[in-house]
Amino acid sequence: MIAEIGLALLWMAAAMALLQFTAGLMQFSSRAEDTAPIIKPASVAQGALTLAAFAALCWLFWITDLSVLLVANNSHVDKPAIFKLAGTWGNHEGSMLLWVTILSLAGAAISLFERRIDARTMSATLAAQSFIALGFFAFLLFASNPFERINPAAVTGAGLNPLLQDIGLAFHPPTLYIGYVGLSIAFSFAVGALVTGKTGPHFARAMRPWVLLSWIFLTIGIAAGSYWAYYELGWGGWWFWDPVENASLLPWLAATALLHSVSVLATRDALRAWTIMLALVAFSMSMAGTFLVRSGILTSVHTFAVDPERGAYLLALMLFYTGGAFVLFALRIGNVSAGKHFNFISREGAIVANNILLSVILGIVLIGTLWPIAAEAMGERLSVGPPYFDKTTVPLAIIIMLLLIFGPMLRWRGAREDAGGHRLPKLAFAALALSAIVAITLWIAAPQAGLLPILGLAMAAGLAVAAWLPLAGRNLARTPLPVWGMVIAHFGVAVSVAGMASERGFSTETLAALETGETKQTSAGPITLNSIMPVAGDNWTALQAEISHTANGQQMTLRPQIRYFAQPQQQTTEADIQTMWNGQIFTAIAPVEGNSSRYQIRIWWKPFVTLIWYGALIIALGGVLAMVGRSAIWQRLRKRLQQRNSTGGYAKPKAAGGY
Amino acid sequence: MQRFIFWVPLAIVCLLGGLWLYQLTQPKSDFVRSQVVGAKLPQFELPAAMQGVLPLSSDDFTDGKPRLLNVFGSWCIPCREEAVFLEQLKEQGAEIHGIALRDKPEDVAKFLADYGNPFARIGADMEMRTQLLLGATGVPETYVIAGDGTMTYQHIGDIREDDVAMLLEKLEEAR
Repeated sequence: MIAEIGLALLWMAAAMALLQFTAGLMQFSSRAEDTAPIIKPASVAQGALTLAAFAALCWLFWITDLSVLLVANNSHVDKPAIFKLAGTWGNHEGSMLLWVTILSLAGAAISLFERRIDARTMSATLAAQSFIALGFFAFLLFASNPFERINPAAVTGAGLNPLLQDIGLAFHPPTLYIGYVGLSIAFSFAVGALVTGKTGPHFARAMRPWVLLSWIFLTIGIAAGSYWAYYELGWGGWWFWDPVENASLLPWLAATALLHSVSVLATRDALRAWTIMLALVAFSMSMAGTFLVRSGILTSVHTFAVDPERGAYLLALMLFYTGGAFVLFALRIGNVSAGKHFNFISREGAIVANNILLSVILGIVLIGTLWPIAAEAMGERLSVGPPYFDKTTVPLAIIIMLLLIFGPMLRWRGAREDAGGHRLPKLAFAALALSAIVAITLWIAAPQAGLLPILGLAMAAGLAVAAWLPLAGRNLARTPLPVWGMVIAHFGVAVSVAGMASERGFSTETLAALETGETKQTSAGPITLNSIMPVAGDNWTALQAEISHTANGQQMTLRPQIRYFAQPQQQTTEADIQTMWNGQIFTAIAPVEGNSSRYQIRIWWKPFVTLIWYGALIIALGGVLAMVGRSAIWQRLRKRLQQRNSTGGYAKPKAAGGY
Repeated sequence: MQRFIFWVPLAIVCLLGGLWLYQLTQPKSDFVRSQVVGAKLPQFELPAAMQGVLPLSSDDFTDGKPRLLNVFGSWCIPCREEAVFLEQLKEQGAEIHGIALRDKPEDVAKFLADYGNPFARIGADMEMRTQLLLGATGVPETYVIAGDGTMTYQHIGDIREDDVAMLLEKLEEAR
């Protein structure tokens, strides 16, 4: 019964989307204003109905209704409850429903809460949002029905794959999805603004929180995915330039650029066409991120077999929306009145430079990801690996760091009121001098680290100081929260880059081939192989080593494994990772060829590697602060506090502390 | 000039889209060195993929006769393309067992009705577990299995016209 209700709810939600789209079309073709009052309620109804349909599917998974095909195929009576629930989106149909649910909820949210943009642009935006939803409703209802029944019902269910029962994996997709789909609102706003031609600051202010929200979720999602790959896949790497990783990085790069240009548009009314184009690109990249990988076009370790017909349908939908939006862009953007102009050496100029660099990196990653396909179309087989991505993106990232040191210290629009034209702040030069000192010191002390890691560390040191400079001379208690957000996010970049550069430049590897009971003195400290013991898991057996190691005067026991999977016969190494305040010790063992009693032990010392992910979290925290600072509730609160401070004679500026 | 620039994003979308659509229509054929060649067929036991066909287990390969094992899906487009060549292989004396991947009985029945049934037995692998055991990277894939159950050849991708003679030869070698 619940499955049928769920399906009915989905149909009704699709009808609501169709209603909004038709009403929107009528409004703009015949200029019949009277359809406008339909659109908003319909969009709220669509959100509620889709949410209810998703809740129905969650419920079916929760109670393990095995007469539903999707549940029977992807769940099992013996699964722990939390994984039963997570099973809702751990499959193709369920994840598509989640995708459409977020899309619909986002539409409902803007029709409920957004009051800054005019009614016509709002109608056009909602019509665009519902039009996107319509395509995916059709896909769900005709090609991927999550509520399909089977007769007879299954007895236990088929989905007891232990590999997928990982709490991190269970909540990773929804996090990324909120990031991806949140950008749909930016896309729809851009389409709406193109239709009505109202592309000024109001439009940018309406779009900004959605970009920020998506960007926060994408940042957290990518960082979590990177840590998972580091932890689970072994080999000590934290980013593999795998197509799936790239697919999440592309929308993040576009969203980062958009986040900055939308702020310029909101505060300075410049960069209109560019912001609109980025909004279209960002969601296009999100769709590519969700579907390109799933369509089976790219070969990747993460790609699961999805049949090509569905893949083709998704690709066609994606091309249709993206292509349509860019046709509209090409036709209408010429009519958009140009925004304000500005000097090149100004805050706007720095943001434009940052945008261009981010776009170039986006282009490089996109080309690198798709090049194998293009090469195959020309009859050649190749893969593009980390050397390409490292060599091309890292130098650009270092230039971005340089911009990050200076940009926030520049004045908007080049401060023409200063007689001297523009004025580069001395403090930023001081930070750059710190970078230079660090670079020279490292170059003399540790040239073996390599040029790029040294530059990375040097820029990180400079930025770690320079990031806080915009607060100089401000009353900290009165500094708006979004400024704090910017400062903290930029500081997070410095932290993260420091981790990356330090891992790349200063990791050390110690090798020892030992028999049980043997000890070797190495430059990293003594290594003793105490024992090799068999241990067993669900579908594997393993040899677990116990190694005593003393590093920096600290005694530790390391337990790396060699795991053997029986079917198919496969051998993996399960690393032991020890986290310390200043880095991680990553240990792996392997048998020595032709000698059954000796084992090859590898111990990596990865200094400050954890900063990579802490930095990402700090970046996301900056985003959260900016988001809170722009929310209506916070601004009301702040105004009230300030009023109290100014009316109460004894109030100190500190009273509003805690920002 | 300015107007012209505004069409550039669309041109890029069209270019990428064309590339992807082209790629989607290309059958996958990967010349990857197989890791499973020379290994024994893993143990598996699969129920019949639909009514009226025989189920499939790894014991069906150990009676001394070399066979082909074809992994397919009714939803897989290259599988349709290769059906005619499987039929040719059968006519020339090859015995073929099939494994239907993530398939529904009615879809398998329709697939066989539309494209012919060259299979002696068809097992259903709902969770793709056997596919993983076999070390198959996708569909379709075809294995040559010697009479003692050793996998002697793995053909990744669809069987094309030129592959028929080659597979018959491999079967002969496995005897």
